[in-house]
Amino acid sequence: MTAAVAEALPAYFDFVRRLVAERAAIVLDATKLYLVDARVMPVAARHGFDSIAAMVSAIRSRPFGLIHEEIIEALTTNETSFFRDVTPFEALKKTILPELIQKRGAQRELSIWSAACSSGQELYSIALMLRESFPTLGSWKVNLLGTDYSTQMIERAASAVYNQSEVNRGLPASYLVKYFQRQGLQWRLSDSIRTMTTWRRLNLIEPWSSVVAPMDVVFLRNVLIYFSPDDKKKVLAQVRKVLRPDGCMFLGGAETTMKLDDSFERFPCDGAVCYRLKGGCT
Amino acid sequence: MRALLVEDSRAQRCVVRAMLKELGFEVVEATNGHDALRALEQSERPDVAVVDWNMPEMDGLEFIRELRRRRQFDSVRVVMATSETETSQIECALSAGADEYVMKPYPKDALRDKLVLLGVM
Repeated sequence: MTAAVAEALPAYFDFVRRLVAERAAIVLDATKLYLVDARVMPVAARHGFDSIAAMVSAIRSRPFGLIHEEIIEALTTNETSFFRDVTPFEALKKTILPELIQKRGAQRELSIWSAACSSGQELYSIALMLRESFPTLGSWKVNLLGTDYSTQMIERAASAVYNQSEVNRGLPASYLVKYFQRQGLQWRLSDSIRTMTTWRRLNLIEPWSSVVAPMDVVFLRNVLIYFSPDDKKKVLAQVRKVLRPDGCMFLGGAETTMKLDDSFERFPCDGAVCYRLKGGCT
Repeated sequence: MRALLVEDSRAQRCVVRAMLKELGFEVVEATNGHDALRALEQSERPDVAVVDWNMPEMDGLEFIRELRRRRQFDSVRVVMATSETETSQIECALSAGADEYVMKPYPKDALRDKLVLLGVM
């Protein structure tokens, strides 16, 4: 940040920037002032303040509480859609899952995790794909876990109710008619799919051990881009501990483990880019 | 990539034409099902048809049924793009031969997602 830009920034920006960096590892530079203004003003209004500046002066010396939490939630990015980017789901369907099913035939158990799941479309896309394309898994123990920093997003995901714009994005029409029930302007996913999933709140930069059990597949897409290099390393180090040796991880298109964690290697798979632990046997 | 846009509303045609062009499609337009069948005979075969439901003369559903009777157009993927949002209507469009369905209003990203699902992008 240049001195000129820093001088032009309102004082509350630095408080908000530090808050989200310390608590959620989200990096906000000066170009994100508009984002802070647009997303945090509704929090201020909800708590009876007429400006972000007034809210920040009131809470600056208070211990971490509800308003601090709401500011962080407002600044987490919740962009998601069903079958987003398509290729990871194709790779999962054509290669990764058939191989894992073969390897796990004795245990008959599979675990898939959507980290930073937002409103849940990624994990439900996986659940829909399993139901449609892998009927044999009906008799397996399949753990589908979705986690997010935001309690509000976890509640939304668990409710499995989506609006028209959301079901318009990436969801095959055949799945919409088969698995969703229209309720006014909303669409509710059937219980037969919803109950395949578990949802938990998790801050990725805090210890995961109590929430995340060993995983066969990890979707960690479009979340590392918001973190500093040190926090990216911390998150990848934790993935290393929970990913099974022959498991697989998907990152977002603009993300990589390169120069962050040497224990992962990239491999192409059905048009997607996947990561596995070096020395693993995928 | 070529798209046939079948839509009677001039304003809606203008919006969807712009979306398709931004997505890299050459666009041929028709204002109802009859026009669309003529356009299919007269221009190069499209990769996809984006079809409204409610139109004068021949509506989108009839057009799709007619299109699916003509085996030479089997490779044309069809997205029904309409304000109809009942489950029974979506089922009806799919059984008539639509490959995908998008509910109006929709942004370019929703149309793009449908075209990606159909493998035409």
